Amino acid sequence: MNNLLLLIPVALLLGLLGLVAFLWALRSGQFDDLDGAAHRILFEDDDPPPPAGRQDGRD
Amino acid sequence: MTAALPAAPDARAACRHCGSPVPADASDGPEFCCSGCEAAYGLVQGLGLVQYYQRRCIDPAVRPLRPDDEVAVDYSAHVTAEPDGTAVLHLMVEGIHCAACVWLIESLLSRQPGVIGARVNMTTRRLVLRWDPAQADANAVVAPVASVGYRLVPYDPARLGKETERTERDLLRGMAVAGFAAANVMLLSVSVWAGHAGGMGPATRGLMHWVSALIALPAIAYAIRPFFRSALNALRAGRTNMDVPITVGVLLATGMSLAETVTGGEHAYFDSAVSLLFFLLIGRYLDSRARGRARSAAEHLLSLSATAVTVLDADGGRRLLPPSQVAEGMTVLVAAGERVGVDGRVVEGVSDLDASLLTGETVPAVVRPGDRVFAGTLNLSAPLRLAVVAVGESTLLAEIVRMMEVAEQGRARYVALADRVARHYAPVVHTLALATFFGWLLIGGIGWQSALMNAVAVLIITCPCALALAVPVVQVVASGRLLRQGVLLKSATALERVAETDTVVFDKTGTLTLGRLELVRDGDWTDEDLHEAAAMAANSHHPLARALLRAAPTVAAAAGVAEVAGCGLEAGGMKLGSRQWCGVCEDESAGPELWFRRPGRDPVRFAFMDEPRPDAAQVVAALRRRGLAVALMSGDRPATVAALAGRLGIDDWRAGCTPGDKRDRLAELGRSGRRVMMVGDGLNDAPALAAAHVSVSPSTAVDVSQTAADVVFQGHRLGPVVEVLEVAKRGDRLVKQNFGLAFLYNAATVPLAVAGMVTPLIAAIAMSSSSLVVILNALRLARRSVP
Repeated sequence: MNNLLLLIPVALLLGLLGLVAFLWALRSGQFDDLDGAAHRILFEDDDPPPPAGRQDGRD
Repeated sequence: MTAALPAAPDARAACRHCGSPVPADASDGPEFCCSGCEAAYGLVQGLGLVQYYQRRCIDPAVRPLRPDDEVAVDYSAHVTAEPDGTAVLHLMVEGIHCAACVWLIESLLSRQPGVIGARVNMTTRRLVLRWDPAQADANAVVAPVASVGYRLVPYDPARLGKETERTERDLLRGMAVAGFAAANVMLLSVSVWAGHAGGMGPATRGLMHWVSALIALPAIAYAIRPFFRSALNALRAGRTNMDVPITVGVLLATGMSLAETVTGGEHAYFDSAVSLLFFLLIGRYLDSRARGRARSAAEHLLSLSATAVTVLDADGGRRLLPPSQVAEGMTVLVAAGERVGVDGRVVEGVSDLDASLLTGETVPAVVRPGDRVFAGTLNLSAPLRLAVVAVGESTLLAEIVRMMEVAEQGRARYVALADRVARHYAPVVHTLALATFFGWLLIGGIGWQSALMNAVAVLIITCPCALALAVPVVQVVASGRLLRQGVLLKSATALERVAETDTVVFDKTGTLTLGRLELVRDGDWTDEDLHEAAAMAANSHHPLARALLRAAPTVAAAAGVAEVAGCGLEAGGMKLGSRQWCGVCEDESAGPELWFRRPGRDPVRFAFMDEPRPDAAQVVAALRRRGLAVALMSGDRPATVAALAGRLGIDDWRAGCTPGDKRDRLAELGRSGRRVMMVGDGLNDAPALAAAHVSVSPSTAVDVSQTAADVVFQGHRLGPVVEVLEVAKRGDRLVKQNFGLAFLYNAATVPLAVAGMVTPLIAAIAMSSSSLVVILNALRLARRSVP
C-alpha cells in the first residue's frame, strides 16, 4: 500500500510535467506553423548564411 | 549559366523558372517561357540561390511562379512601426508551392540591406517582415520577392482572425488539460474497477476517488467553459443546442460523483465526465482547424479596398489617398494598367477599360471624355483623368456589396442538421431523466439519493458524445479530402447544403471559361504574320495584345511602337488594332479580334476566344448524369453566350444579365422550391452567390465573390464542382449513418440506465466504443474510391 502513496504522486507529477510542457509550447507559438516546421529542418542553411532573425518568429 | 542546373533532357518542355511549358515555336532559346521568367531566374541566380530550382516541387494547383505585369502595390502604407523603431510588414503570399518556396522567400529577403527578420508561415501562407526603416523603404525590400513571381497582399493582423485564433488556442489548451485529466483519472478508475473484483478495501477506494476528484474537478472546471458559454447563450435566447445536455450531464455527473466520494460511496463517474469532455473537445478543435484553413484563404479580401487612389490637386500636385478619403468632384488620375478606385466621369484621355469583373464582358470597351467609369474596372492602354462622381458607399461596387448582404440574410436562417437534431434531443433526454427520478422515487420506493443516482446515470449514458462527434468528424474528413484537391469549405453547413442541391447555375466568364482571351489557332495568317504582330503587341497591356504575345511568347519587343488609345498600335506604317483603325471596310465582327495591316499587303485578322475550362463539357455532362438541372447566366452578349452554351450542351441560358437580374432569377428558383448551387466568380455574381442555396467560386474570383461563396476551388479545372457534390453526398450519408449508430447505442443502453443497472465501468465502455464506431465510420470517407 505504501508504494501507492509514492507511485500515484510520481505518475501525476510526470503527467503534469507533460501538460506544462505542452502548454508552454502552445504559448510560445510552436504549433502556429505545423507544415512549415516539418519542412524547415530540410533547409540547408550552411551554404548561404542564415537570416539574422530566424529565431524571431513570434507575432 | 547552365552549369548549376539539374540535367533536363527535354529542356524545351518546361520553363526553367515557372515550369510552364515553353511553346515549341520559341525563337530565342528554349529555356524560358517569357522575358519576366528569364529576369527572375537571373535574380535568383545572382543571389546564389539556384538550389531552389532543384529542391522545389511544383504544385499544379497553385498559381505558377510567373512574374505578372500587374500594377505594383504600394506597401509603404501598410507598414507599422515597433517601439524600438523596427518597421514591420504583414503580407499574405500567393504562389507558395512547397517548402523550397518558403526558403527562397526568406533567403531573398534576408539578403536585402536592413532586413532584421523574415519568416513565412507555411500553413497560413503569411509573411512577417521586420527591417530597419532607415536603411530601406518597404517597396524596395519587398521588390525581389514580387519580381520572382510571388504575389504579396498586405493585411492588417489586428483585423484578421485574431478572435477565431484565440478560440482555437483556447480549445487546444482545454483539450490538453482534459486529455491529461482523462488519462490519469482513467488510470485510477481502472484500479477501482479491478478492486471491485479483487476485494479492494473501502479506504483505498476512497483514496482513489479523492485523488480522482482532485484531478478531475479543476480540469472539468477549465475544459467545460466553451460548452458552458454556448449552452448559456442558447438558453438565454430561449433555444437549446447540443451543448445544453452536455453541460447538464457533465455538471450533474461531477456533482454526484463528488457526493459519492464524500460519503464513501462505491461509484464515481469522474472518468466518464472528463473523457466525455476530451472527446468533445477533439471534435470541436478539428472542426475549427479545418475551417481555419479556408478562412486564411478567404482573407485576401482586404486587397480590394486597400488600393490607394492618385488625386490631382488644383495646383497640379499628386497625392495618394485611400478611396474612403476621396470626395466628390475631385480629379483622379488612373495610370495605364491600374484599377479604377472610384466611380467617375472621364475628363481627359481615351483608353480601353476591362470591365470583366463587373459585367462579365471579356472584350475591353473604349472610353472617351464624358463616359461613366466604375470602380473595379481595369484601365488598359492610356492614363485617364476622372472627375469623381461617387465614392465609398455610393459606388456601384458598394451597391453590389449591399445587394449581397441583403441576399445573405435570407440564408443565415439555415439551421445545421446537428442543431435540428439537438433541438428535439435535449428535451427528450431531460424528460427521460426526470421520469426516471420520479419513477424510482414514487413507484420504485427507494430513497431520493438512489433515485437521483439513476437519473444521473441516464443523463451520462445519453450524453451525446457520439452524436456530437457524428457531424464534426465527417466534416473534418470531408474537408481534409477536399483540401487535398484544392477545394476549401468556408461555411460549416456548406456540405449539408451542397448535398441538397438539385440545380446548378453557372456564370460564363471566368467560371465555365478561363476568363482569358486566347488566339484562335486556325486563322488566315502565317507564323511570320504572328511573329511580326506579336513583336508590336509586346509593347501593350491590352488583353488582346497580351494574348497575341502569349501565342508567340519568345518574340522580342519591336522598337518604335506607338500606342493609340482606343485604336491600336502603330510602327512605321504597320498598324495593329481595331477594324476601323486598320481601314477594313467589311463590317460586323464576330467576337474579339485584332487586325494587322502592313504597307502593300492585305490586312490579316487574328480572332480571339475565351476558351472554356478544359473539362467544362465533361463536368456539365457529369452533373446531368446525376440528375441535376444545369443553367448558364451571363452578363456577356447573347451571341457569345449562345455559342458557349451550344458547345457545352447547356439548353437553359440567359445573356445580358445585370447583377440584379441574376439575383432575382435565383430568388425565383428558390421560391419555386429548387435548391440552387451557384458557381460564379465576378463582382456581378456576388449578389447571386449570396442568394443561392449554396455557392461556389474559383480561387481566381474577385474577393467579394470569394467572401460570398461557401466553397472556393483552385486550379484550371472545373472538376472540383463534381467532386464537392460527390463528397457532400457521401458525407451526408455517413452523417445519417452516424446518427443512426448513436441512436442505436442509446436505445440499447438507456433501458439499462433507467433500470438502474449502469455502473461507471459500463458507462465508460459504452461511451468510448460508441465514439470510436462513429469516428471509424466517418474515416471511410477518406478512402479514395469513387464509384
